[in-house]
Amino acid sequence: MKIIHCPLNGPRPLLEFVSAGEVRNAPDPDACSDAEWTAYLFNRASVPGVKREWWCHTPSGYWFIAERDTASDEILATYDAAELPARAGA
Amino acid sequence: MPHRLLKFAFRSTVPRMFREPERLKDGYDVVIIGGGGHGLSAAYYLARDHGIRDIAVLEKGYLGGGNTARNTTIIRSNYLTPEGVKFYDASLALWAGLSEEFDFNLFYSQRGHFTLAHSDADLRTARWRAEVNKHFGVRSEVVDAAFVKKRVPQIDLACGGHSPIVGALYHEPGAIARHDAVAWGYARGADSNGVEIHQNTEVLGLDVRDGAVAGVRTSRGHISTKRVLCAVAGSTPRILKLIDLDSPLVIHPLQAMVSEPLKPWLDPIIVSSSLHAYVSQSARGELVMGASLDPQELHSTRSTLDFAEGLAAHMLDLFPFLSEVKVNRQWAGMADMTPDFAPIMGLTPCEGFFLDAGWGTWGFKATPISGKTMAQTVATGTPHPLITSFSLERFARLELTGEKGAASVGH
Repeated sequence: MKIIHCPLNGPRPLLEFVSAGEVRNAPDPDACSDAEWTAYLFNRASVPGVKREWWCHTPSGYWFIAERDTASDEILATYDAAELPARAGA
Repeated sequence: MPHRLLKFAFRSTVPRMFREPERLKDGYDVVIIGGGGHGLSAAYYLARDHGIRDIAVLEKGYLGGGNTARNTTIIRSNYLTPEGVKFYDASLALWAGLSEEFDFNLFYSQRGHFTLAHSDADLRTARWRAEVNKHFGVRSEVVDAAFVKKRVPQIDLACGGHSPIVGALYHEPGAIARHDAVAWGYARGADSNGVEIHQNTEVLGLDVRDGAVAGVRTSRGHISTKRVLCAVAGSTPRILKLIDLDSPLVIHPLQAMVSEPLKPWLDPIIVSSSLHAYVSQSARGELVMGASLDPQELHSTRSTLDFAEGLAAHMLDLFPFLSEVKVNRQWAGMADMTPDFAPIMGLTPCEGFFLDAGWGTWGFKATPISGKTMAQTVATGTPHPLITSFSLERFARLELTGEKGAASVGH
């Protein structure tokens, strides 16, 4: 079974995790157009590549970030969501 | 070698299924990306019904090597929305005549299709589907557990005691077919109407001028064309990226497996959404089994042991006597999922670029009708009336076609 390195709980089996998809920034609902809002609601960047995703270790209810290659299913890094601004800016 | 066989060795042979042209022409009326069931079916109906014969079907790998031959071959029309029921029922009407049409045995076999209910909530959805179906003349009815047992005596109605079957949605027209033969049959039909089929031909780029398609760049040279139909299922996001078109598609692997061949014992198709399992017995006796999608996005056709374990456990809930039966093969396809479980078909903001995508886990049964409706859409430039609810712009208008309740298993 595939093992995921949880930043809080260490290496744990895949079955203990769920993914909530790519980290995305919502547009300002008061400022954006209807088209921008529905594009945010529905459209996804689904070309294969390395993505930042929200993952949750369900037994502990801990949400964190995983960088995963959606072509090879390889997880390149996992870290606490607090590190997201620094990592995403880099 | 006996001399009387020599004359056959030197005789020029006609291709058994379809020709394989050595080179691409400089241009075509229509270029179809994707040599699976949907692309070949569209090519066939374009040539046969609309007289457009100057068509190239481009296939990156080999013909029917994608989801056409990776599905579990179930054909049914017991959907939930009026749009879905009408669309898939039109497909069923075409299915029945295909073997005759292509002079090729597709092993189309009507079996009857059970969607098992394990709870009051399941029964409620079954009732809803049955009523919508009957309204449109589709044979579906809610049946009790005793009816299920009568048709499938081997089933354990208690499912090991933890998930008892309380009834089912029964859909008599439910059928299976030999899926690779569907791609070959449509290829033969298209080829005999003048369509060119090019395998091992990958699309590398699309030329767009003034918002309209002008050509296709391939691994075997450039093609000029004003009309392109994209029918590539799990590879759709990669093609859309070539023209910077966004879509709600997300790719998930859908796995399946077959058992060793058994003597015929299972006539109908059995689906349990609560147990995340479906099974039918093929013409050669293998149990063809499937389950729900892999939970994460992934652009790969790898298989996992987790899947085989989970599915086997649920199969034994339904049929405990299978415990000694071996699994022969397992595989996966890349399902292009949409938020509302309905396909994306029709025109796009790029003029001349037509889309046949979002076929997720429900594409095989739609092969004939998707080809027929997309052929008319490409030929006339106007969406076929059966597919107007499946347009790409339905998402921007917040007019979704909610078909999730009719998905074979909970995803």
